[in-house]
Amino acid sequence: MSTDRTNVPAAAPLAASRDTEAASTSPSPHGAGGWARRIAVWLTCGALSVVFVYPLVWLVSASFKPRQDVFNNKLIPDPVELGNYAKVIDQLPFLRWTFNSLVVGLSAATAVTLSSALVAFGFAYFQFKGKNALFALVLGSMMLPSAATLIPTYLIWDRLGFTGTQVPLWAGNLFGSAFYIFLLRQFFRGLPREVFDAARVDGAGFFALFWRIALPMSKPALAITFILEFQASWVDLLKPLVYLNDTNLFTLPRGLKAVLDNFGQGGQREWEVVMAANVLVVLPMFLLFAVAGKYIMQGISVSGSKE
Amino acid sequence: MRPETRAAYGFLSPWLIGFVGLTLGPVLATFVMSFSDYDVLSSTQWVGTENYSDALSDSHAHAALANTLFYTALYVPLSILTALGLALLLHSAGRLKGVFRTVIYLPVVTPPVATGVLFLQLLNGQSGLINSALGAVSLPTPNWTTDPMWIKPGIVIMSLWSVGSVTLILFAALAEVPAHLREAALVDGAGAWRRFYHITLPMISPAIFFSVVVNTIASLQLFSEVYTMYFGKTTTPPPEAALFYVVYLFQQAFEEFEMGYAAALSWLLFLIIMAVTAVQLAVSRRLVHYRGD
Repeated sequence: MSTDRTNVPAAAPLAASRDTEAASTSPSPHGAGGWARRIAVWLTCGALSVVFVYPLVWLVSASFKPRQDVFNNKLIPDPVELGNYAKVIDQLPFLRWTFNSLVVGLSAATAVTLSSALVAFGFAYFQFKGKNALFALVLGSMMLPSAATLIPTYLIWDRLGFTGTQVPLWAGNLFGSAFYIFLLRQFFRGLPREVFDAARVDGAGFFALFWRIALPMSKPALAITFILEFQASWVDLLKPLVYLNDTNLFTLPRGLKAVLDNFGQGGQREWEVVMAANVLVVLPMFLLFAVAGKYIMQGISVSGSKE
Repeated sequence: MRPETRAAYGFLSPWLIGFVGLTLGPVLATFVMSFSDYDVLSSTQWVGTENYSDALSDSHAHAALANTLFYTALYVPLSILTALGLALLLHSAGRLKGVFRTVIYLPVVTPPVATGVLFLQLLNGQSGLINSALGAVSLPTPNWTTDPMWIKPGIVIMSLWSVGSVTLILFAALAEVPAHLREAALVDGAGAWRRFYHITLPMISPAIFFSVVVNTIASLQLFSEVYTMYFGKTTTPPPEAALFYVVYLFQQAFEEFEMGYAAALSWLLFLIIMAVTAVQLAVSRRLVHYRGD
């Protein structure tokens, strides 16, 4: 992880993943045997697609089956049981949990995007003593296992009186997060310097450079940051387990664990209810993926080019 | 101080405060706490190195560490090989690329808790989908969720389902391999395997190395899926074969409130992760090829 490798002309990783699209749509240059090869590739892709998708199909199917049919592994439920979903909505605060997940996810994503952008701009725009050392520290902190800070962090929130509330689930994001600082710095460095210099001549302050120029010009990178963090916050189980006791404050993953504990293996083994609840936990993430998959996959591809 | 420098530190201040208050401070506090006996309610007792000597003789801690290392040693190489295969396939998938990429990525978008709940059923020894598929082609059908020998391989299968993010990282690296290099090798008469081994593999080795390091750190801290499947409120006691390190750490800290002991466990995990990463870094110097070297 040498930091000098990050000095590539900024935003290169983002541009690179765009080139990908162009490169692979061009036809294979090897004419002979090209068709046989292509069909083999497509068949393999098809077979593997079934492996990846079938568990999810099984899940949806099971959620519409009556209890005795859940494990019959039939593709189409017969008879179709809609009561599983009714039971989840009626007997559990599922809508409440969805709302909680939304509030926590939006707070976490907003906090981390703004704070990381501020810090990233500090690293991208200014020249000052100790900058490289500090940035190396940012990159280094990415490798730190979260287990190393778990217990004191809990005690801090406990002292501040925030255990049992949703605040610890997002408030740590107010201080920026290393990966997003790295990502946004890369993007900011790619913005033309002249624009900032011209604004300085016109009397703009440093914060105006950030707020009025850097942020509006960086919407794709900000979107990647926001969406990745929203997703990360939405799926987290550990923090809700540590900080939340009140069922009404649960987020969806914590709620689903409670469903498993009370209806599944810790309860009456009403697996059809557990599966319906599971679908309702998975569905919002798939909707997000349908709308913003491009940003999510771009963000993941960028993470590999840190070196 | 120049006004520019002052402004720069202004922009950096959220991270500086967070680094001191929520990273560096807690890491040091974990270290200090590991020499104490603290249960949140009563006051702190200093116990010297007792927590560490306890950990050395704690059979649950041993099992948890052994399970975690076994899983990591099995999962990380398998995940890299699987992801590399999928990335190469994706690279030559032509028009199917977009669809196939989405399909591979869907499991990554699935929340870990949901994956845990789902695979608890799919891996079920009697009625699970995986065993009915294995049985259909006359392969052995172990009790993945109850047989201590098969619990961790079952968890590896579940984790491999979510191999899509590593795949995307390697795929992005593959796309950056300059086509002219491969074409030059083709002109020189190099076969597909030699082109892959001598050109593609060195070019993407930084991305592979990055994935190995990140995946190892994540595997050593596996928690959500395993906790969902085997812990919490259950009618049968959780199998020891599923006791992962962070799960045990979580139990000690937040179920037993043995904060001092849990802090020692945290610090030990921190050291283990640093040691493993250092070894990987040392090995990588000979294997990883950085452009411009």
